[in-house]
Amino acid sequence: MDNASPDTPDGFAIKTSALTRRFGNLTAADSIELNIPYGEIYGLLGANGAGKSTLIKMLTTLLSPTSGSAEVGGYDITKSPGEVRRRIGYVSQLVSADGALTGYENLRLSGKLYGLPPKVRSERIANALEFMGLADSSSRLVRTYSGGMIRRLELAQAMLHRPAILFLDEPTIGLDPVARRLVWDRLLSLRHDYGMTVLITTHDMEEAETLSDELAIMHSGRISVVGKPAELRASLGAELGRDATMDDVFVHYAGGLIHESGSFSEVAQTRRTARRLG
Amino acid sequence: MERLIRESAAIVQVEMVKLIRDPTEIISRAIQPVLWLVVFGQVLAQVRGIHTGQLSYIAFITPGILAQSVLFSAIFYGIAVIWERDLGVVHKLLVSPALRFSLVFGKAVAAGFRGILQAVVIFLLALVMHVSLRGDPLAILAVLAAVMLGSGIFATFSLIIACIVKTRERFMGIGQLMTMPLFFASNAIYPLDLMPPWLRVVAQLNPLTYLIDALRGLMIRGGESVHGYAVDFSVLLGVFALMLFIAVRLYPTLAE
Repeated sequence: MDNASPDTPDGFAIKTSALTRRFGNLTAADSIELNIPYGEIYGLLGANGAGKSTLIKMLTTLLSPTSGSAEVGGYDITKSPGEVRRRIGYVSQLVSADGALTGYENLRLSGKLYGLPPKVRSERIANALEFMGLADSSSRLVRTYSGGMIRRLELAQAMLHRPAILFLDEPTIGLDPVARRLVWDRLLSLRHDYGMTVLITTHDMEEAETLSDELAIMHSGRISVVGKPAELRASLGAELGRDATMDDVFVHYAGGLIHESGSFSEVAQTRRTARRLG
Repeated sequence: MERLIRESAAIVQVEMVKLIRDPTEIISRAIQPVLWLVVFGQVLAQVRGIHTGQLSYIAFITPGILAQSVLFSAIFYGIAVIWERDLGVVHKLLVSPALRFSLVFGKAVAAGFRGILQAVVIFLLALVMHVSLRGDPLAILAVLAAVMLGSGIFATFSLIIACIVKTRERFMGIGQLMTMPLFFASNAIYPLDLMPPWLRVVAQLNPLTYLIDALRGLMIRGGESVHGYAVDFSVLLGVFALMLFIAVRLYPTLAE
């Protein structure tokens, strides 16, 4: 990919203060306090229904908070949502690439909606396709792509406008280990080349540990713990009197009991995505 | 303004690319107008029970069938939007800095172009059925403008319903519930003055009535607009503006 460097402003890329979202009597996200520095890959873990997607939706301006505040890229999500949107990229848990369009056409649409001038748009699309290993498939309909190809295309779409902050909501769900590694490699390369901040939600402990500089675990809408993966394992290991794995950390902080968590639509959605990519 | 045009054009472009790539929808939507004109129209014409002034019954209903075709096609736009929401396409569009207005307006304009394709089919069918059509360029342009407005109105109305009901199953039920009353409570297949008073009031509140009224005057030789074109187009523009206003506010709720 061409090496445009982003600005590196001081302060936090994502900053929340008592950020809360209620749906009737249900508090999906409860007084969330997050301070994520620029340039970090930040993992957000939690069981289904923990509030991860609700939090991501608020930070990406898809959902307005019930109370509290947040700044993304230095702009308030409720007062300046347009400015926030200019500075973020988003790969949702759902498969957002349009299967009835080709890979090129999907990228072209993104480029136009983000206001990229035609020459810049063409160059970046060509570079993005090359970087993601999709150049030869760019004229094929996305519905013919494998799961890994779709996710790489979505990453390319989210990156086309060189956002300062990237939100990835379970980006490797449904992918086989080879495809997953490829997505990780591309993500780490992008972070290295552009110094962008990444907030990634995942259920995959290996993914969380491999990618995250720091992570937070959510449970029932609240943040249970924040820390670096190695430190969390060490701290829990000391408590348990043995080496702790990330699975142990997850179970300990995300609610050790088996909860009936996640709504029907959430589970259906997850399965639909896994089916489409798998 | 440049931004609005650019963003809306991007949405129109993808909708047209998809339509050209798979035109089966246009072909399948041509079947219903054929049935109405060729079967229903010809049978009712023989009955001579509906007085349509100087126009033959087939000529009278041709604009109504075009409007019906536009309505039936546009009203199920909401299904496509719900489908896009379930796939995650809507989320991607709403996270972009594109104006919400551009996203909705682009959809409406794309619906307008679909409507124009349907108009071409109806025109050809009418010619085959020996309906005497106006051929002056200004009238044809005005027909296309009316079709685009009508398509835009019903497509955005459909989008509003989609934003409210949010599931395909609920939408299908409501979609069916809406299309037939809109069609029968209009001047599509009988003149307004044949209607009982209560139905005439409903028809006067139905934007489809004004679309058909304009089309009848602009398409058919010897046809006339009962309300006058100024009223017809003012109503259509006003309703379209209202639908856009509501749809722009509701569209983001699809991603919640």
